[in-house]
Amino acid sequence: MSEEVKKIKVTIDNISVEVPAGTTILQAARMIGGDVVPPAMCYYTKLEGSGGKCRTCLVEVSKGSEADPRPMPKLVASCRTGVMDGMEVKNITSPRVTDARNGVVEFLLLNHPLDCPVCDQAGECHLQDLGYEHGKAGTRYEFKRRTFDKHDLGPYIQLHMTRCILCYRCVFTADQLTEKRVHGVLSRGDHAEIATYIEKSLDNNFIGNVIDVCPVGALTDKTFRFKNRVWFTKPVTAHRECKCCSGKVTLWQRGEEVLRVTARKDQWGEVEEWICNECRFEKKKTSDWVIEGPAHVNRHSVISQGHYEKVVKPTETFKAVHDGRDPQLLMDIHSVSEVNDPNVDLSAIAGPATGEVFKLTKKSS
Amino acid sequence: MVKFTEDKMKEVQSMIDRYPEGKQKSALIPLLHLAQQEFGGWLSAETMDYVASLLSIEPIEVYEVATFYSMFNLQPVGKHVFEVCQTGPCMLNGSDQIIDYIKQRLNIGVGETTADGMFTLKTVECLGACGYAPMMQLGMHYREHLTKTKVDEIIEECRNKQ
Amino acid sequence: MAKKLLLEKAHVEGIRYFDVYRREGGYQAVEKALKMAPNDVVEEVKKSGLRGRGGAGFATGLKWSFLAKPEGVPRYLVCNADESEPGTFKDRYLMEFIPHLLIEGLVVASYALGSNRTYIYIRGEYAWIVAILEQAIAEAKQNGFLGKNILGTGFDCEIYVQRGAGAYICGEETALIESLEGKRGNPRIKPPFPAIKGLWGCPTVVNNVETLAAVVPIMNLGGEEYAKIGVGRSTGTKLISACGNINKPGVYEIDMTISVEEFIYSDEYCGGIANGKRLKACIPGGSSVPILPANLLLKTAKGETRYMNYESLSDGGFATGSMMGSGGFIVLDEDQCVVRHTLTLARFYRHESCGQCSPCREGTGWMEKILQKIENGDGVKTDIDLLWDIQRKIEGNTICPLGDAAAWPVAAAIRHFRDEFEWHVNNRELCRKQNYGLAHYADEIHVPA
Ligand SMILES: Cc1cc2nc3c(=O)[nH]c(=O)nc-3n(C[C@H](O)[C@H](O)[C@H](O)COP(=O)(O)O)c2cc1C
Ligand code: SF4
Ligand code: SF4
Ligand code: FES
Ligand code: FES
Repeated sequence: MSEEVKKIKVTIDNISVEVPAGTTILQAARMIGGDVVPPAMCYYTKLEGSGGKCRTCLVEVSKGSEADPRPMPKLVASCRTGVMDGMEVKNITSPRVTDARNGVVEFLLLNHPLDCPVCDQAGECHLQDLGYEHGKAGTRYEFKRRTFDKHDLGPYIQLHMTRCILCYRCVFTADQLTEKRVHGVLSRGDHAEIATYIEKSLDNNFIGNVIDVCPVGALTDKTFRFKNRVWFTKPVTAHRECKCCSGKVTLWQRGEEVLRVTARKDQWGEVEEWICNECRFEKKKTSDWVIEGPAHVNRHSVISQGHYEKVVKPTETFKAVHDGRDPQLLMDIHSVSEVNDPNVDLSAIAGPATGEVFKLTKKSS
Repeated sequence: MVKFTEDKMKEVQSMIDRYPEGKQKSALIPLLHLAQQEFGGWLSAETMDYVASLLSIEPIEVYEVATFYSMFNLQPVGKHVFEVCQTGPCMLNGSDQIIDYIKQRLNIGVGETTADGMFTLKTVECLGACGYAPMMQLGMHYREHLTKTKVDEIIEECRNKQ
Repeated sequence: MAKKLLLEKAHVEGIRYFDVYRREGGYQAVEKALKMAPNDVVEEVKKSGLRGRGGAGFATGLKWSFLAKPEGVPRYLVCNADESEPGTFKDRYLMEFIPHLLIEGLVVASYALGSNRTYIYIRGEYAWIVAILEQAIAEAKQNGFLGKNILGTGFDCEIYVQRGAGAYICGEETALIESLEGKRGNPRIKPPFPAIKGLWGCPTVVNNVETLAAVVPIMNLGGEEYAKIGVGRSTGTKLISACGNINKPGVYEIDMTISVEEFIYSDEYCGGIANGKRLKACIPGGSSVPILPANLLLKTAKGETRYMNYESLSDGGFATGSMMGSGGFIVLDEDQCVVRHTLTLARFYRHESCGQCSPCREGTGWMEKILQKIENGDGVKTDIDLLWDIQRKIEGNTICPLGDAAAWPVAAAIRHFRDEFEWHVNNRELCRKQNYGLAHYADEIHVPA
C-alpha cells in the first residue's frame, strides 16, 4: 500500500517536520531534536506497550489535523499519540504544558526519598534531570514519605522500591526478553510496588537489562564494584565475542578496573542493543574486552562534569551544562534531601551506600 | 497440599469453558474466588501457585492479580469477616459509630482478628448499598440498616453457627 | 404516577422467574428484534435517543454504530454491572428484582451487534446476584431465548456472568476488559478504543445494565415512541438511587420531567429530609459529580427551577451546575460536614486508584491527607489553596477519568463551601466538637438582572 510510506507534516513549537504516518508526536519531536522534545520517563522505543503512564510527556495539540483542525481539549501523552497531517503541537511554547508538567514532576517526587547523594543512579537519573528542570523550590509535601518492605532480588540486581516511579519498563523488559517473568507490579494505587511476592531471584540470562531501562535508581547493579559514584568512572565503548548477545557494551572503568558494564545507550538514554548477564555481570577484567574508545556521554548529565567529589551544587551554570538552554532551576533536590549534607565526603563511603551508612559516616563538624 | 476435589475440578473446567480457546487466563479471578472459598478463606502462595498451574500461567501473573483486588485475602482471616462500609453515604448514616461499636464489642481494631480466630473487622469502600446504610458485608451477603442491636444480633448469630 | 418502563413489573410476585416474566409480556422484544435486520435494531436504538446510563451519557445507538466489523473476527458485548460509584445502587436493584429484563435486553443487543458470547461483568461483592442471573440465564436457555439457534433464526448466543473481586476502577470500560481477561484492572491507554480493539483484541461494546435493560421498552414501543418520553435530549426514564439523609432512600424510576425539588420532597420519591431537618447539599449523580449547595441544587444560577434530567442538572457547567452521572443521588442534611464528607470520597478515590499514572496515584493520596488534616482541626489556610492546586493538576492529566472523578468532588466542595473549609482552619478547636451547620447554603440566590 502506498499509504504506508506517505509522509505527513506536523509542526511542534513552530518547527515543522515531515514524518511517516504512524509516527507518534514524541518520535516526531525527537526527529526535530533539541528543546521541543518532551521528557519521557516511561515510554521506551524498544518496549512494546510502554508509555502513557508517567504523564511527563504531555503536550498540547492546538490543531488536530488539516482535515479536522479542532484543538484537542485535553493535553495528550505525546508518546502514545499518533501524528495527523497538518497537526500542530505545543510543548515548551504552551504554558498549560509547563504547568501540567511541573505538577507531574511534583507528583513523581512526592514520595521520592531524595537520597540522590547515596544513590547509584545519581548523575544518570532522568528524574534528577527532570527535577532540576521542572521542580519547585522545596517540597509542599509535609507528610511521611511512603516506605516498602525490603525485597531481595538475588545476586545481580538491587531494588530500592522507594525510588521507583512505576514506569513498568522493567516489567515489559522481562516480558519481552525472558521466557518466565518472575517480578511484576503488585498491589494497587499508592501501594503498588515492584516485587516477586515470594522471594525469588531474578536470574534469567537477559534480566540484567532491567537495570539499564530503569529511569531512576530503583534497579541497580549489585555487582557494580566498589559502588563508585558514576562520575568518578570513565566510560569507554568495548565489545567481546559473545554467544548470546552482540557483546557491544559500555565499560565504566577506573584505571584498569572494570567497575561496571552496561548496554550502550543512544542520545535519548535508550539501550541500543540488549546485552546478556554474562557480559554485564561476569566480565569485570579489562582483558575480557576489546576497547574501542571513549564513550560519548550525554552532556546534560552531571557525569560529564567530572569533578563532583563532594556534594555541592555544580559550579558550572546550568546554562553551560545544558548546551545553552536555560531551564528554570526550581527544584534543588539537594537542599530538601533528608540525607544530604554538605559535610559528608561521599568518596569516603565504600558503598553500597544507604541512608544508614550515610548517617554513620557523617563528619562531625 | 492444596488440591480441588473432583467435583470442584468440574466447576473449574466449566469456568474455563466460558472463554474461547487459549483465553483460559480469563478464568483467573473466578478461580481465585473458588480457591479462597475452598482453602481456608485466604490465598496462600501455595494456593496461588496451584491456580497458576491449573491455568498454565506464571505464578507472578496470579500474584499481580490477587494483590490488586480488595476481596482477596493474602493473610489468614477470622471465621467471620465483618466488612463495614465507611464511604460518604454510609458515613452520613452513622457508619463511624457502627465501626466504633464493633471495635468495642469485639475488642479489636480495624484489620485485626479476635484472639479466638472467630471475627475479623475490616473497613471497606462503598459496596453499592448506600440507600440501606449503614451496612456491612458478611460472607456472601449484605447486612443492611445496621444498628447497635443488629450488630449484637449478628455477633450472636455467628457465635451460634459454631 | 410517572410512567415506568423498567420497574413497572419489578414487584409482581415471582417476576424473577421466567414463567411469570413471560406471562407479563416478557421476551416480546426478542421476538420482535430477531425478525428485523441487526442494523435496523441499531437504528431503532438510535431513534430512541437513549443515552448511556453508566455515567457518561453517551448516545447508545451511535456507540453501537461505531463497532468495527472486520471479516472473520468475533465481536463482543459486555454488560457493565460493576456498579461501584458511591451513591449508586440502581443496577443491583434491577438485577435482583427483575433479572430477565436485563437478559432480554442482552439478547436483543447481542443480536444487533453480532455478539455470540456476551459477558456480564458484575462487581464481586454482589455474590448472591450472580446466582439470580445464572438462574435467569438457564431459564431463558431452556425456553429457547438463549443458546443455539434462538427462536429458529440461526442466531446463537451465550451469556456468561463474570465476577469481579473488589475494584471500582473495573467499572471503567477498558479496565473492565483487562479484568475480564484475567489481569489487573489497569485502564488501557486509548486509542485504540474498545469498538476497534476490546476484549481479546476484538471489537467490543461495553454498556451499563440499565442501558441494556432500556433496550427492551425501546423495542416494544419503537424508538420514536420511546423518544417522546422525557424532555429534550433526556429521553426515556432514568433510575435514580437516592440515599443519604432522606426519609425514603431507595431506587426510583423517574421520567426526566420532574423537578429536583419534587424528587426530594414528594412522598412518591425521597419523602423529604430525614428527622425534619433542612437540606444543606446534594451530590445528584454519584460521588464523582460536583456537589451543590441547596440553593443551587433546587434552582439554577439563573433562578430557574432545576429538573432531574441531563441538561438541567448540568446547567451552569461546573461553576454552578453538576451532572446526571450515574444517578446516585446523595443528600446531606444541615448537620452534615462537607469537609468530612469530601474526605471520605477522597479516601475512596485514593483506595480505588489503580496506580498506573502518577497524578492520580500520588495526587489522590495527598488530597486525602490534607483533608484529614483539616478535618482533624490541624489545617491551615494555605492547605485549602494547596488542595485546589492539587486537584487542578490531576484533572485532565491522567490516563482514565478516575483522576477527574477524584478531582471534581474536591474542587466542587471548595468552590461552593469554601467558607466551611475556612471555618475549619480558623476554628481548629471548635471544629473538632461541632459542625459548621447549614450556614447560608439554602439562602435564596441573588440573580443578577
Ligand atoms: C472510574 C470509572 C468507573 C466507572 N464505573 C462504572 C460502573 O460501575 N458501571 C457502569 O456502567 N459504568 C461505569 N463507568 C463508565 C464506563 O466506563 C462506561 O462508560 C459505561 O459502562 C458505558 O456504558 P453506557 O454507555 O451504557 O453508559 C465508569 C467509568 C469510570 C471512569
Ligand atoms: S523499578 Fe525502575 S523500571 Fe521498574 S517500574 Fe520502577 S522505575 Fe520503572
Ligand atoms: S487515572 Fe488513576 S485509575 Fe485511571 S489509570 Fe491513572 S492511576 Fe489508574
Ligand atoms: S513518556 Fe509518555 S507518558 Fe510517560
Ligand atoms: S457508601 Fe456504603 S454502601 Fe455505598
